[in-house]
Formats: sequence, C-alpha cells, structure tokens
Amino acid sequence: MHPESRFLAHHFDSLEQQHEAATMGMWLFLATEILFFGGMFTAYGVYRSFYPQAFVAASHHLDVTIGTFNTGVLLTSSLTAALAVHAAQAGRRRAVIGFLVATMLLGATFLGVKGFEYHHKFVESLIPGHGFVFPGPHARHAELFFSLYFVMTAFHALHILIGLGVMAYVIVLTRRGQVTPEHHPSVELTGLYWHFVDIIWVFLFPLLYLIR
Amino acid sequence: MKSHYLNEDYSVRSWLLTTDHKRIGILFLLSITLFFILGGAAAVAVRLELLTPEGDLVSAEAYNRLFTAHGVIMVFFFLIPSIPSVLGNFFIPMMIGARDLAFPRLNLLSWYLYMAGGLLGLSAIVGGGIDTGWTFYTPYSSVFANGQVILAATGVFIAGFSSILTGLNFIVTIHTMRAPGLTWFRLPLFVWAHYATSFIQVLGTPVVASVIALVGIERLFGVGLFDPALGGDPLLFQHLFWFYSHPAVYIMILPAMGVISELVTCFSRKRIFGYEFVAYSSIAIAAVGFLVWGHHMFVSGQSMYAGMVFSFLSFLVAIPSAVKTFNWTATLHKGSISFATPMIYTLGFLGLFAIGGLTGLFLACLGVDVHVHDTYFVVAHFHYIMVGGTVMAYLGGIHFWWPKMTGRLYPEFWGRLSAMVIFIGFNLTFFPQFLLGYMGMPRRYYAYPGEFQVLNVMSTAGASILGFGYLMPLCYLLWSLKYGAEAGPNPWKSVGLEWQTESPPVVQNFETTPEVTQEAYAYDAQEAEADAS
Repeated sequence: MHPESRFLAHHFDSLEQQHEAATMGMWLFLATEILFFGGMFTAYGVYRSFYPQAFVAASHHLDVTIGTFNTGVLLTSSLTAALAVHAAQAGRRRAVIGFLVATMLLGATFLGVKGFEYHHKFVESLIPGHGFVFPGPHARHAELFFSLYFVMTAFHALHILIGLGVMAYVIVLTRRGQVTPEHHPSVELTGLYWHFVDIIWVFLFPLLYLIR
Repeated sequence: MKSHYLNEDYSVRSWLLTTDHKRIGILFLLSITLFFILGGAAAVAVRLELLTPEGDLVSAEAYNRLFTAHGVIMVFFFLIPSIPSVLGNFFIPMMIGARDLAFPRLNLLSWYLYMAGGLLGLSAIVGGGIDTGWTFYTPYSSVFANGQVILAATGVFIAGFSSILTGLNFIVTIHTMRAPGLTWFRLPLFVWAHYATSFIQVLGTPVVASVIALVGIERLFGVGLFDPALGGDPLLFQHLFWFYSHPAVYIMILPAMGVISELVTCFSRKRIFGYEFVAYSSIAIAAVGFLVWGHHMFVSGQSMYAGMVFSFLSFLVAIPSAVKTFNWTATLHKGSISFATPMIYTLGFLGLFAIGGLTGLFLACLGVDVHVHDTYFVVAHFHYIMVGGTVMAYLGGIHFWWPKMTGRLYPEFWGRLSAMVIFIGFNLTFFPQFLLGYMGMPRRYYAYPGEFQVLNVMSTAGASILGFGYLMPLCYLLWSLKYGAEAGPNPWKSVGLEWQTESPPVVQNFETTPEVTQEAYAYDAQEAEADAS
C-alpha cells in the first residue's frame, strides 16, 4: 500500500482526484467571497460617485500612516504564508509550524492595530449612529462613508479571525503528521485563503485611505 | 434481506451524522416538505381572506404578515432547495457513477445551515412576523417595519450559505468525479441543468447575503446605508437584491427543466431531440439570467436607457427557454408515449411553463409592464413558473425516482388522478389572476372592489382543489412505503445510470464503478436490443 493512501477518502479513486476536487472547491469558495465583498464594493462605488466631496473629507479622518503600517503587516503575513506552503512541499514540518505561527502573529497584529483605529474613531465620535459628530458641511454623507468603512473593514477583520482559527487547526494537523511533501492540501488551501483576505485589503486600503 | 442505504443503520444518530448524499437528500425531502406545508397554510389564509371584497377574516396587518410568510417560506425554504437539494443531492452522484459528492461533510453542513436558517425564519414568523414582503425593500424593511426583520434576514442569510455549499459541491463533483467513459456530452441533461444552476447559486447568493447583512446592520445600528434620510439610496438595495433574486428564479426553474428532460425521454422511449442545444441552453439561461435583473425596476426610477437594455436582455433569455420547450415537444413527436404519472406531470409542466414564459415576455416589455406592474398579473405569471413549472417538475421527479429512493412503487391510479387534480386546481387558481391583474387589481392588498369578486372566488376554489391535490401524494406515497409493490432495480426500463443498481441503492451506490459506453437516452439502442432478443 502506498504510504499516502491513508489520506484517501472513501469516495475518491485516487489522491490526485481528491486534490483536484479540494483545490477546485477552494477556488470556487473564493469566487463566492469576491461576490460577497462585491456587493459592498458596489455600494462604495455608487456612494462615492454620488458624494465625492464628502468621501474625500471623511477619508481625511483616517490615519494613512497607521493604514500603511497595517498594509505592510498583512503583506508580510502573506509572505510567511507562502513560505509555509513552500516548507510543506519540502517536508520541513517544523518550518511549516514556524511560518504559520508567524503568519498568525502578523494577523493578530493587524487586528490589534485595527482595534486601535476603531477605538480612535470612537473617541472622535465618528461611529455612525446617533452619536456621530462630523465637522463641516458634509456630515450626513460622511456618516455614509464611515458606515461603509466599518462594515467593510469589520467583514474583512472577521475573515482574518477565521483565518487565524483555521491556521491553528492546520498547526495541529501538521503536528499530528498529516502534512507530507506529497500531501499538504490543508497548508496549501489555507495559504490560498490567506492571500485572498490579503487581496481584499489591498483594495480596501486605497479606496478608504488613499483616494483623496 | 439485502443491505442498502436505508436499512444499514436505523439509529437517529446515524441519520443526523450521515455523510451519505442519499440520506442527506432524504433529510432535505422531509424538511422541505414541512416548510411547503407551512407556506401552503399561509397561502390558504391569504386565499380565504380574498374570498370576499371586504377585509373581514384578518386585519390588514395580519394579511401583510401572512403573504410575507408565504413568500419567504416558499422562496427561500422550499423552492430554492427543492429539486437541487433533494433530487440533485440524491441522483447527481448516481447519474455520474460516483460513490458520493466531492465534499460529503460539507453536504451535511449544508443541511444543518438550511435547518438553522429555516428555524430562524420560522421563529421570526411565529414571534411577531414580518410585513415587508419576501423582497425586504428598504427603507421600509430597514427603518419603518415593525416585526422580526433582523431575525428573518438572519435566517435567509444562513440558508443562503446552504445553497452556496450545495452548488459548490455539485460543480466540483461534476468536474472531478465522473465515471470512466462519461464525457461531458454523455451526461444526463439533469446534470447539465444542475451544473448551470450551481453557478447561479455560487455567484449570486453571496450578493444577496451581503445586501441582507447590510439591511440587518442598518436596522440594528441605525446607520444609513439605504435610507434616503441619511443619504443612502433605496434603488441600490433593489439592484443588489435583484442581482441575486432574479437569477434565483433560474435556480428554481433550471433543475426543473433538467427533471423534464429525463422524464420526457423515458416516457416517450426516445433520444432527446437536439441534446447539445438543450445542454447549452441551460448554460445560456444561467449566463443571460444574470443580466436581466433590472426588469424588476422599470417603474422604480432607474434610467430609461437601463430599462431599454434590461428589457432587451429579458427578451433574449426567452430564446434558450423556447429552445428547450420546442426540443421537448419534438422529443414527444413519434415517440412511444405512455401516460404514467411522471409523464402527466411532464405534459402539465410543458403547458404551464409555456404560459408562464410567454406572460413573462409581456412583463419584459417596458410599456406593458407599466400597466401590469405590481398587479395580480405578475403574481399569476411567477406562480405559473414557480408552481406550474418547478413544483410540477418536482412532483413528477419525486414520482419517477420514488421507486429508486424507497424501493417501492406508488399506486399508479392515485398518482395519475392527483396529477390531474393538481393541474386543474392550479389553472383554476392562477388563470383568473391574470385577468384580475390585467383589469388592475394590485397585489398585496387584503380588500378589493366588488367587481373583482367572481374571479377571486374562482381562484380560492381552485386553491382548495390544488391543496387537496397536494395532500393526495402525501398520503399515498407514505402508504406505499409499507404497502407498495416491490419496485425492482428498473421499473421504468430507463437507460439512466441510476437505474442500473439496486432499489434502494447500496451505500456505495454501485457494486463496482460503472463504465459508460454510450450517450444519454439511448432508448433506440435499448429497443433494438429488445427486438433482437
């Protein structure tokens, strides 16, 4: 018996077929995610074209330095995620765990910084709703900007959080010896997911922080 | 006794933790039947209220909650999962010679998500109800409506993920798990139809999930995403909502079309006329169906030019639908037709779908739509598609595959009788509504002028017959589980792969993986073989 065949589920004929199915499933899942965020990006696009000045004014209340720092953190985490996949291919199990832990730490840093930013908005009364205060003539439409800002970044943060959970699980799988050079879909697909979450941020960052 | 998927283990646990696509199909069958009965009960109350012009049975408030309950339950918790989650789940792996779907645990999760969504939706309806209509239009739903909008929206949101996972599972399964020799153009058209449907589920549903989440957030936190008072745009909601909810109609009808392709060939003992055209028309409907949503908004203030484009594209989607209808009719031509129950449902489908489809063209026409928009004409049109089309095909499919799923035959006489009662009851219920709508009776009102009463009484009388027609299969199908004759592997002498194994199927579907050597619907080859021997 081939050593890898212990990973073969009962309803597949070969590991190749199983891998193909898993990879395709992940790509399709990412397609659904694009459409999910797509609804919100559409809303952003429509409102930005309706109220360009208000959106520019509101955008000035976001801190570009912090945003850039966080973008750097997330891009680095994509690098460590890719290195984890690379280590899995090479069969270096300890390196896989190391890179996954690094990715998780960077992801957690991102969330921490995001939380700091949220807190700052709270202090400045920029949380949409009854307590919202915005100086200048565009207050009402700036509130719309902040509604979108919070909804979009919160959904993104939720995806990061889910990613952290998944990576913790993959670390357990790796420790149990379920990751081998020939068979490591868990690491590979988690990497794919993490890059996707990263790419969403790559679009969010300029739309919210940079276009002024 | 032979071991099969039903008798292999009787424990409740073995059902609730099953990853067998056949058992999950049965779980879906039971749960959607329950929701169908609940949605039907709401319809009964609506029809009873409309028996008289005055609002006398229920208050206007209660009436709004009743038709919303009917719509939400029937659309999200019955029609969308109906054929894919029951028949698709059970038969796609069998039709392609696989042992299961690609992701069996995801498939079980899909049922749990459906149940969680359904129960949340139900608790919203029981705990005060919602009066927004199934469309949740803002700003009414997000700011003004009293009731359990957030709870219902959460239910729809969660059930949406069930639909996404089912679609994802089907696409991957059809791509990667076909038996040796089963090329794309040898696939049964039922599989093609589900393949097209799955793309709508995977690409459309996330958008409605996102917009429903935004409505919930707006209502919960009082932030203005769609509220014009806060600078939001209600039209944006309608665009995002219909971007999914129009293709959702194709989630309902495409699998029904797949069922009809199986039934019409088996009961006329003929190859399908124009296989490739029927297969590609499913893809065409799914693709063009994504581009027609604006025809729900002709009078909502979208630009005239957008209206013209959406009108044109809506006419365009009629072409692949017509291709299918003509090809089924051509399949009947010179076939050896037998009028078994599934065939009676099929013929009913063809007539009702034709009426539903053609009246859809009235609505795609900009000028006519202004006249009949939001009237009973629209109600009649989409019931001809959803009930006359989807439910007829669903029941036809349930009868056709009942022997395979349960190993028992249903009583043919009662089957035929109920199919005809349903056909008559359906037409009596909904045809008068075309006339009412054309005369100007608006939908969603609990009272109406006296001159509309005769047609409304006809409609309510028809609904009673229809309701009776639906109860009949419920009784005799249950009866057949114990008293029905043994079906044997292939009672219809079908050439489909799912009939080449035991009834009920063994756990792994086939004793050995089948090898496919001929195209689908090779009934002429089967007949020639029978003649030779």
